[in-house]
Amino acid sequence: MSFSVTEASSRQKWFAGILVVGYALITMLPLVWIIATGFKSSPDAIAYPPKIVFEPTVEGYVNLFTTQTRLSSEAAATPDQDLPWYESLVREKGMTIVGPSRFSERFFNSVIIGFGSTFFAIVLGTAAAYAFSRFKVPLKDDLLFFILSTRMMPPIAVAIPIFLMFRYLGLNDTHAGMILLYTAVNLSLSVWLINGFIDEIPVEYEEAALIDGYTRFQAFYKVVLPQAATGIASTAIFCLIFAWNEYAFAVLLTSGTAQTAPPFIPTIIGVGGQDWPAVAAGATLFLLPVMVFTILLRKHLLRGITFGAVRK
Amino acid sequence: MAEVVLENVTKSFGDTVALDRVSMTIEDGSFVVLLGPTGAGKTTALRMVSGLDTPDSGDVLIGGRSMKGLMPAQRNVAMVFQQYSLYPHLTVRQNLEFPLKSPLLNTLQADIDRKINSVSEILQIKQKLDNKTTALSGGEMQRVAIGRALVRDPSIYLMDEPLSSLDAKLRADLRIELKSIQANSGATLLYVTHDQIEAMTMATHVGVLDNGRLVQFGSPREIYEDPVSIYAASRLGQPRINILPADVFEGSPAGAKLIGLRPEQIAQGEGEESFVTRVEHLGDQTRLHLSFKNHDLITVTDAHTELKSGDIVKIKPDKPFYFDASGDRFSGREK
Ligand SMILES: Nc1ncnc2c1ncn2[C@@H]1O[C@H](COP(=O)(O)OP(=O)(O)OP(=O)(O)O)[C@@H](O)[C@H]1O
Ligand SMILES: [Mg+2]
Repeated sequence: MSFSVTEASSRQKWFAGILVVGYALITMLPLVWIIATGFKSSPDAIAYPPKIVFEPTVEGYVNLFTTQTRLSSEAAATPDQDLPWYESLVREKGMTIVGPSRFSERFFNSVIIGFGSTFFAIVLGTAAAYAFSRFKVPLKDDLLFFILSTRMMPPIAVAIPIFLMFRYLGLNDTHAGMILLYTAVNLSLSVWLINGFIDEIPVEYEEAALIDGYTRFQAFYKVVLPQAATGIASTAIFCLIFAWNEYAFAVLLTSGTAQTAPPFIPTIIGVGGQDWPAVAAGATLFLLPVMVFTILLRKHLLRGITFGAVRK
Repeated sequence: MAEVVLENVTKSFGDTVALDRVSMTIEDGSFVVLLGPTGAGKTTALRMVSGLDTPDSGDVLIGGRSMKGLMPAQRNVAMVFQQYSLYPHLTVRQNLEFPLKSPLLNTLQADIDRKINSVSEILQIKQKLDNKTTALSGGEMQRVAIGRALVRDPSIYLMDEPLSSLDAKLRADLRIELKSIQANSGATLLYVTHDQIEAMTMATHVGVLDNGRLVQFGSPREIYEDPVSIYAASRLGQPRINILPADVFEGSPAGAKLIGLRPEQIAQGEGEESFVTRVEHLGDQTRLHLSFKNHDLITVTDAHTELKSGDIVKIKPDKPFYFDASGDRFSGREK
């Protein structure tokens, strides 16, 4: 029998495994439900008791991407043989497609605004965090606290002033305005998190790089950045998740050109009420980018959270 | 390679004076060892030359040029850090390549490979080249740190206790390697160590630092055989120099307050009686702990001595050092 401080016994591992899998199942249930609803027909989606087993259909997705109108009786009477599959699908319900919906535009807005604001929050945050960590900044602690204090109220508390400012500056319903807003909100988070990560990196590595013939910026780029990468990646995920999911400001400040997906998805209304499969389909597609981004950076995220626990 | 001069360099950290008007000339091709206990300012002196820190006053000249306002990269110095500072995100090979690939040197890949090959051979780290530096032992890290300096051809090598983590054999090997590299290439070194053998065998000059002041600068033999103070005399010598009141022995000059006796300055078998309190057999030598008129003394005797504690040994000073009350060497003239 041997004991190890760092290695868990197999019984502990089993217990931990069951706990993690159980927790994962519970948290993933709503996700599974949304994905499933996206593939249900409208009656199945609101059936009671809920249907676990159902006949899958892509109706919801077709509804999501198209605008439709009731099929006139003459058109219905003259069936066209080479209808595309999606048109046939909606015709079964007595509808016809008149054009694409706004979903892809809104989705694309979300991509631009979400990734754009994350990019700026990370670039500016890293620069500020490095400066705070390495240079003698007057009133450093006060400034850091001041930066954090912008997080002490819910951002929506300043919705009215921001709305007025945006209107005055002509930023209402613009991509630039939304990127600016989300960058500003995320910046405090990114400065703080990245500052912590950079503080963990001993300054000696940069000194070694200076001696090795590099300038200060090159030392930052070649030595600090790779070591802070995990921390920066996890910060980027947090920033993206906020900007991607943000709803209240998006409702308030965007309505057309720059509207993001969150305020758009609930407005998908089918004939005779809320089109739940289409809403679920929109939500499913909306989840994908953040999921892909998170999975891509997962390795960094896991290390980022435990960063600095033990290091030489 | 170049001559390096420190001119009245002073550096304080808050209330701590780390360097106090230090002036020193490190000649081109010389091997200067800095000695001093912990906190004496040795690392600070290296950082002044490297440009990682700048003097509060005074100046550093490399090759006759003032280094005021010059970044470390512009000074072309190589440094082995006391805490190694290997880049943890890079492999051993990438660490060694790092200075060669800098915009400063921008070396051709063929030259890089050749240099890394020869340096890793000397330092016996060839089989570790593709390891991450975080997966090395302390001694291996230290050798990579030395290697990162040795691949370069700087105006001066600055080394802060570069052999401290190595085992005795490797340390001896590398001591000889470093010395022969220096002798063959004419490299200039400023080297910090606590190790007497390193100081005595490698140095062309030794500087003794005491609380930021350079109290003596000269050849290792000069420091050993003609120390300016008790402090300087205590830096070298194993076992350490014995300091006793001058009047316990007859024949001390008037005015001398303290007498300093290295083991070889204690003649055994003649003079006055002392008691053996302890005998330590170290293999190649034997240390005798003596009690002489209620003063403790440590000296060295024949490795195979039959002496044991309780025995009586007669001792007599042989060309000892005399010091005045403040610990400075007694000049012979009465003040
Ligand atoms: N960055 C710093 N901030 C404050 N004090 C410092 C700093 N660097 C050095 N000191 C102080 O300056 C003095 C000299 O330090 P230094 O590192 O040069 O000592 P050292 O001779 O290298 O000692 P060791 O043998 O332990 O390495 C010490 O009292 C130290 O506490
Ligand atoms: Mg030191």
